[in-house]
Amino acid sequence: MKTDMVIAGVGGQGILSIAAALGSAALDNNLYMKQAETHGMSQRGGDVQSFMRISDKPIYSDLIPKGGADIILSVEPMEALRYLPYLKKGGYVVANSSPFINITDYPDEAELVKTIEALPNYVLIDADEIAKEVTGSTRAFNFVMLGAASPFIDVPFEYLEEGIRKIFGRKGEDVVKMNIDALHAGRKFSQDNK
Amino acid sequence: MQKSLLLGVEAIAQGAIDAGMSGVYAYPGTPSTEIAEYIQHSKLANERKIHSEWSANEKTAMETALGMSYAGKRTMVCMKHVGLNVAADCFMNAAITGSNGGMIVTIADDPSMHSSQNEQDSRVYAKFAMIPILEPSNQQEAYDMTRFGFELSEAFGTPVMMRITTRLAHSRAGVTPVTDIVAENEMSLPKDKQQFILLPGIARQRYKLLLSNQEKFEAASAESPYNQYTEGSDKSLGVIACGLGYNYLMENYPNGDCPFPVLKVSQYPLPRKMIQKITSECDKVLVLEEGYPVVEEMLKGYLENEAVIGRLDGTLSRDGELTPDMVAVALGFEVEEGMAIPDLVSARPPALCVGCSHHDVYKALNEVIAEYGEGRVFSDIGCYTLGALPPYRAINACVDMGASITMAKGAADAGLIPSVAMIGDSTFTHSGMTGLLDAVNENSPITVIISDNESISMTGGQKSSAKGKLEDICAGLGVHPDHIHVFTSLPKKHEEVKDIIRKECDYQGVSVIIPRRICVQKNVRDQKIKKALKAKAAAKA
Ligand SMILES: Cc1ncc(C[n+]2csc(CCOP(=O)(O)OP(=O)(O)O)c2C)c(N)n1
Ligand code: SF4
Repeated sequence: MKTDMVIAGVGGQGILSIAAALGSAALDNNLYMKQAETHGMSQRGGDVQSFMRISDKPIYSDLIPKGGADIILSVEPMEALRYLPYLKKGGYVVANSSPFINITDYPDEAELVKTIEALPNYVLIDADEIAKEVTGSTRAFNFVMLGAASPFIDVPFEYLEEGIRKIFGRKGEDVVKMNIDALHAGRKFSQDNK
Repeated sequence: MQKSLLLGVEAIAQGAIDAGMSGVYAYPGTPSTEIAEYIQHSKLANERKIHSEWSANEKTAMETALGMSYAGKRTMVCMKHVGLNVAADCFMNAAITGSNGGMIVTIADDPSMHSSQNEQDSRVYAKFAMIPILEPSNQQEAYDMTRFGFELSEAFGTPVMMRITTRLAHSRAGVTPVTDIVAENEMSLPKDKQQFILLPGIARQRYKLLLSNQEKFEAASAESPYNQYTEGSDKSLGVIACGLGYNYLMENYPNGDCPFPVLKVSQYPLPRKMIQKITSECDKVLVLEEGYPVVEEMLKGYLENEAVIGRLDGTLSRDGELTPDMVAVALGFEVEEGMAIPDLVSARPPALCVGCSHHDVYKALNEVIAEYGEGRVFSDIGCYTLGALPPYRAINACVDMGASITMAKGAADAGLIPSVAMIGDSTFTHSGMTGLLDAVNENSPITVIISDNESISMTGGQKSSAKGKLEDICAGLGVHPDHIHVFTSLPKKHEEVKDIIRKECDYQGVSVIIPRRICVQKNVRDQKIKKALKAKAAAKA
């Protein structure tokens, strides 16, 4: 059992909550995990990434080697492509199709979609829209994304639900339910469209 | 014992709390900031009243920690690598005074400059000061070594450096804490009443003691559980793997079957016998270290011993952090990179937040400076440094904390008038005040803008020592009250602010302009905390 995943996005988009849920799930089930994240300057709207590694054997490097990632999970379409050198042959790109545009030279969106659709293995999902449909707000879009990546993560799906329960438990059952619903919706989309 | 999911920095913080530390002293700086923050929020630390308030700068932090050590208690001082430049005077001399209560100097280096001006390697400083270094390779070691570090410090009466780099600082893993949490030390004065008086006569003796201690430090490294020699059958190569370098080595041998002899180094001074063994039994020795080629240079020497390979001969990149791929190539493995980054991907540099008060300052400043000609704005370190990027391209310098004011003064001395300094509130109280005093004493024609967002924002919105004090400090240093302007920074005041800047640029003396508005992010965070406290109080009632 081993999954190496690059989680990508833009500073402020909250990609760390995805990593936190996954990390807590891994730890509670006695798996090894390492998760390197970006703090500091890039958090001001720059590109940020987290390297998430889960395994049933000890993990050494905090960084994922190039060509070693099973999954690139990106909460933003352009950021998904920035990490392609890390993707393993046969690995999956799971990307949110809603762009986050805070630069003047953001690429043409149709071109961007075309580029992603030309990848061998991808799931392109409008996580903002699905979150809104299922939970009434876009807030849980991060967990739609985790759900969409879940079929490719070599960790039992129940663990992810547990992880969400653990990190949102303090905020009440409503918040837990919202994020778990988002997780399921993302997973379903992925299973129907992969 | 249940594992906790901790960042490297958090593991150090928890390790310090569990090892009976009585106070942490720090000034924020990526990637070190979360050590003090973790302690500020720790339940046990709060129950024990462990000191964790921010210091005004790294020098005051280091000195205060030394004072706590003098009084017999365990203490840690934390900063980023460049902070140690600021604290270096105390640091070098603390090696000579030695410590009383255990003292750990935790320095977080930032190779590849993710959030820094340079990538200096703090091991050079520890070597310069001749004190032991601990360099954990993973989160569990970071936790364990903190306790070990306090014990080492007290055993030898010396401050100990804990050196980490960005990757460990900001990577999480499961950490198993100890069950026997240590009580704090009782207060106790140093046995030798003169230990901390560095008058030449005493300092010479202390220095001799430090020199004679080197052998003991080396013996401790030889016995350290953190330095390990693993035999290997293929002696065509030996690998010395320092700190995180060990992980990148082992990443390439997932089944633990590295054929070469390996010396894992996590405690310095280097364990000499083990170094001699690996260099004598292997044809070549590859040195893997994060940062400068410190160990490599020692072994390679001036005579360029060709058997030693690493960053100096191009086997590894001379700059930047190590990566598993880089190490793989050095070990002769092929790296199968994924697909190339498509051309349409644009860079996404960090930028000032929407609504940030620094925007208003730069808009006004740029228009006024255009009237005088470009090349005269000396900026400093903080979120406002992003004014260097488009759309503003407003600044001409960013060097070290406080340098805006003094560089503007020097340029004015050279005839560049007006010269403008652009500095943040926290940077001003960190290192700007003394420079302003220099300018006041010579009535230099400079205009200092302290863009006051009531927060240390670049590092995440910590409490600024400057809060509510700036105008009084400037007046106290002797800036004439007619040339101190304080106002709320708002877009609608654009023309008014331009008039003030222009008027003060024309004034042939020191002026200080303080546009003030709280950082947008800090405000959101403060409101959240307030709401949570209110909810808590309501739940109690
Ligand atoms: C000597 C040193 N210590 C710490 C840092 C890290 N650092 C960079 S910017 C900054 C905060 C500056 O705060 P302020 O001047 O108030 O500006 P703001 O970010 O709030 O705009 C800090 C602590 C550094 N670069 N150098
Ligand atoms: S964090 Fe605060 S000071 Fe920094 S850019 Fe954002 S609003 Fe401005």
